[in-house]
Amino acid sequence: MSGDVTDLVVIGAGPAGLAAACEARALGLSVILLDEQTTIGGQIYRNIEAAPPDRREILGEDYAAGQKLAAEFRESGTDYRGGTSVWNVTTDGTVDYVGGHTATVTGRCVLMASGAMERPFPIKGWTLPGAMGAGAAQILLKGAGAMPSGPVVLAGCGPLLYLLAWQYLRAGAEIGAVVDTTDAAGYVRALPHALGALMGWRDLSKGLKLLAALKRSGVPVYSGASALAIEGEAAVEALTFKHRGKPVRLSASLVLLHQGVVPNTQLSLSTGLEHHWNSAQLCWQPVTDEWGRMGDSALYVAGDSRGIVGALASATQGRLAALSIAKQLGAAADIAQRATELKRQLAGRTHIRPFLDALYRPLTEHRVPSRDDVTVCRCEEVTAGQIRSYVELGCLGPNQTKTFGRCGMGPCQGRFCGLTVTELIAEGRGVDPEEVGHYRVRPPIKPVLLGDFVD
Amino acid sequence: MATDTFFSIPKSTAARTVTITFEGEPLSVPAGISVAAALLAGGVKNFRSSVVGGRPRAPYCMMGVCFECLVEIDGIPARQSCLIPVREGMAIRRQIGAVELQFGAGEKA
Repeated sequence: MSGDVTDLVVIGAGPAGLAAACEARALGLSVILLDEQTTIGGQIYRNIEAAPPDRREILGEDYAAGQKLAAEFRESGTDYRGGTSVWNVTTDGTVDYVGGHTATVTGRCVLMASGAMERPFPIKGWTLPGAMGAGAAQILLKGAGAMPSGPVVLAGCGPLLYLLAWQYLRAGAEIGAVVDTTDAAGYVRALPHALGALMGWRDLSKGLKLLAALKRSGVPVYSGASALAIEGEAAVEALTFKHRGKPVRLSASLVLLHQGVVPNTQLSLSTGLEHHWNSAQLCWQPVTDEWGRMGDSALYVAGDSRGIVGALASATQGRLAALSIAKQLGAAADIAQRATELKRQLAGRTHIRPFLDALYRPLTEHRVPSRDDVTVCRCEEVTAGQIRSYVELGCLGPNQTKTFGRCGMGPCQGRFCGLTVTELIAEGRGVDPEEVGHYRVRPPIKPVLLGDFVD
Repeated sequence: MATDTFFSIPKSTAARTVTITFEGEPLSVPAGISVAAALLAGGVKNFRSSVVGGRPRAPYCMMGVCFECLVEIDGIPARQSCLIPVREGMAIRRQIGAVELQFGAGEKA
């Protein structure tokens, strides 16, 4: 095992991680960046360096903007180690990872920038082949230029769903329907945040453009849909839902589901440091100071893994974290001027967020399934009904559901059922999710082969 | 149009291809893409069978968090096919149920 020591270890090559590495290098820190993918850019700028021009054109200018950050990163002098999976991080800055073999690096500080993942969409039939995340389909478009072979149905809510629809229209894909679950109450919830949305008018107008393009396209849009379910035996055959009080059934072989993104907190949770329940974004987030530092540890978090803020704000958070780290390590004496500039930028880039959170808050029935036969833990195939029965037997929290029925003990290690299990138990007990807590996440947080430890 | 694949990758004359096999059947796929993308565009709908019910599963997240895309690659079981780029000659098999402990199994990929 190698034991490199460096000023800063950055985990994640998305906007937050890349920007943090650039800023830290500019301040004279030595930086190692680890990332699970073999190309830089994270999910939002996935394949940014290799995507051909026509694909960049289809994906739009917000995607193409990632090229500038990627180029800055390549010039930064960061020790970049792609294709590596971090499986352990300690509060004093030791990082273990695999990438062909296992290795250890120690950072005087470590920045975790593990980004976001799509919020689970636990409905009947969501485990069937042909049901996948809209974000997943967008990754296929960015990474491989892959498009749906036949008419595709997009279902759910949130900016990414409309963005993908817009990209598919530009690419000439056939969209069978968009089934929108944004409820009328969403507009009422969002109203108090309208001023913020207007202050973030650039983001707002981009969103309105996407929706207008979708309307012009003539694609059938079912607004205010609810009670989504997927039918099929060996694969998806149809999407069913309620629209204006009536049941609708749409035949489809590919249904792309999306109801927002949530922080990918597996890494920060595994450190045992404090997290809290964000009731606006309905997810866990690490407790940090304003720079992203977790308590008095060597660990910082920036970007969507600290709470959903979007790509541009993530990059700014990464730079702010790097400033604080440079100050902490004595590499930069006066950070005040740069920090003021970046904080102003961050404010501009997050104005719209409370509005989006309120408008696109996913329906309760699509987060906490009322049907007992809906699979919640996809790996170990545990249903909502089973989890409810555990609660009736006295199960108080997610860790106990493991003992009751292996829920959360499969290969995804609770990443895809954690939020649902917490909310189901909270509902059953009649308490706040904060009180129920999350699975205790322990290293190794990625599968490691015994052979990885042998040369 | 009845479709036998979920996704298609439009042919590009410039693109380099590699040949991989799934369950012994050869597939010619663009170089540089993930194994999961290659299999989806190659018409594979059943990547693995679930460990309890033995039900067919396919990729859900494409970014390494859902573990639905697990397949056997070059003799090593339960690899995340969405994270691994295709390589010439790669032999891929369906992941059936849970991984069994194999003593003295082959070299890792």
